[in-house]
Amino acid sequence: MARALINVPKTARRGEIVEIRAMIAHPMETGYRMGTNGANIPRDIIRRFACAYDGEEVFSADLFPAVSANPFIAFTLVATASGTITFAWTDDSGETQTASADITVS
Amino acid sequence: MRALWGLAGIAAVIGCSIVAAVGLENGEKRSGFDFMTPETQALQADDTSNPGMLWVLQGEQLWQQPEDSANIACAGCHGDAAQTMRGVAARYPAFDEATRRPIDLAGRINSCRGVKQQAEPMAPDSDELLALTTYVAHQSRGMPITPAADSRLEPFRDKGRRLFQSRIGQLDLSCAACHDDNWGRRLGGSVIPQAHPNGYPLYRLEWQGVGSLQRRLRNCMIGVRAEPFAFGAPEFVDLELYLMERARGLPMETPAVRP
Amino acid sequence: MDDPRRSHPLSFPVRRRQVLAAGLAGLVMISLPRRALARPSLEEAIKTFTGGAGVLDGRVRLELPPLVENGNAVGISVTAESPMTTADHVRRIGVFNEKNPEANVVVFHLGPRSGRAEVSTRIRLATSQVIVAVAQMSDGSFWSSRASAIVTLAACIEDLS
Repeated sequence: MARALINVPKTARRGEIVEIRAMIAHPMETGYRMGTNGANIPRDIIRRFACAYDGEEVFSADLFPAVSANPFIAFTLVATASGTITFAWTDDSGETQTASADITVS
Repeated sequence: MRALWGLAGIAAVIGCSIVAAVGLENGEKRSGFDFMTPETQALQADDTSNPGMLWVLQGEQLWQQPEDSANIACAGCHGDAAQTMRGVAARYPAFDEATRRPIDLAGRINSCRGVKQQAEPMAPDSDELLALTTYVAHQSRGMPITPAADSRLEPFRDKGRRLFQSRIGQLDLSCAACHDDNWGRRLGGSVIPQAHPNGYPLYRLEWQGVGSLQRRLRNCMIGVRAEPFAFGAPEFVDLELYLMERARGLPMETPAVRP
Repeated sequence: MDDPRRSHPLSFPVRRRQVLAAGLAGLVMISLPRRALARPSLEEAIKTFTGGAGVLDGRVRLELPPLVENGNAVGISVTAESPMTTADHVRRIGVFNEKNPEANVVVFHLGPRSGRAEVSTRIRLATSQVIVAVAQMSDGSFWSSRASAIVTLAACIEDLS
């Protein structure tokens, strides 16, 4: 599990619009900062955030260095079925971190 | 003759009260929270968006993790932190029997690791040490700062007070010069807060991460162009001891957010 | 006896010429138009996003605090008016900036399963500038909103540079 804080309501009515919040620990190194001895600190950011629910990807975001460190994204989803909502963060090197949360839809 | 002594007595009382009036009055103690913009305040107030909570999360995991040699986790001795660690950060720094000196929370965590877990001390302001310190201090969130009533701490607290009031650096400023005498006014574009330690370790927007009180104090010293004390310096613990007494009664806010 | 003219570093004839050359180069640098300095402008970045299509003003609300205490974490939220049905929804929301080293900030991909076209995040602003949010609708139209922020910096930071 990623070092991430996910906020998904535990329950919802079918068709209800719920707010999802996702924040992951990551320095989002822009590549523009100068380290010691004038050497550039190389870029290292999460470039893609994706959320999958009830069989398909329902939301995604392409992130650039202008997104703050420890990126926080809030968005909405329609509660359709009970199940697991999964989140994936992919960085510059292609590594993906994941997290998930369950929702019960009545 | 008696009248003259009487006048001298009155003068002495007035003199003492003028000196005592320097510093914060009890009624005007305000957390750094009050000096921030509403957006930054909202960031701190909401646990689902406060980035400091990521360190609390990590600390919670580390609390459960058994440490190599002794193979015991913090939880092994201290159980549920929400119970056992409640109020601890609100009364630290405490007197350490082993070193006969005050010790801060991070120092206590490291000494516990060494003695009880037979583990290497964590580096100052390392992610792991910050995570554990933030997690422990977070258990005191909302509680008023209540420094330990230990007379052995008095001489160290006094050293801390003198440090707070000494002018240092190329800019020849003391902590008191800005934070006692000019809080609420502006330095550059920012409002000067009263400089209370009630939110530490906190997420500083400038650092883009969580950092300790010592890191912030080093920034202050750099700000007045003084050579900052090294991490773990006894001066910092003495200063923290005084700052906690000065902040008595303010609620703990760990993990706070500050610009 | 040492010639006092030789002992002074700038008295050596070649050094003086080098200083003059550097100064001239500096003047040329200052007079270069802004476009020559690396990044695409705000309008160019929006054009790349829309593929050249026209952008209408409205239907989008960009919220940004007017005064920012620290440019490292500025909370923004973008809301677009849309029923978010399969027939009529927001496909993408792009956010662009004026003065950071790169023009793009973030692109959100939404759809009818979003329920509402409402997104929030925290961004970095290098300095006081204008931010623009552009929403692409399922019918191919583009709508935008812009806001500006003044960015200040905290006192007593780690880095003196």
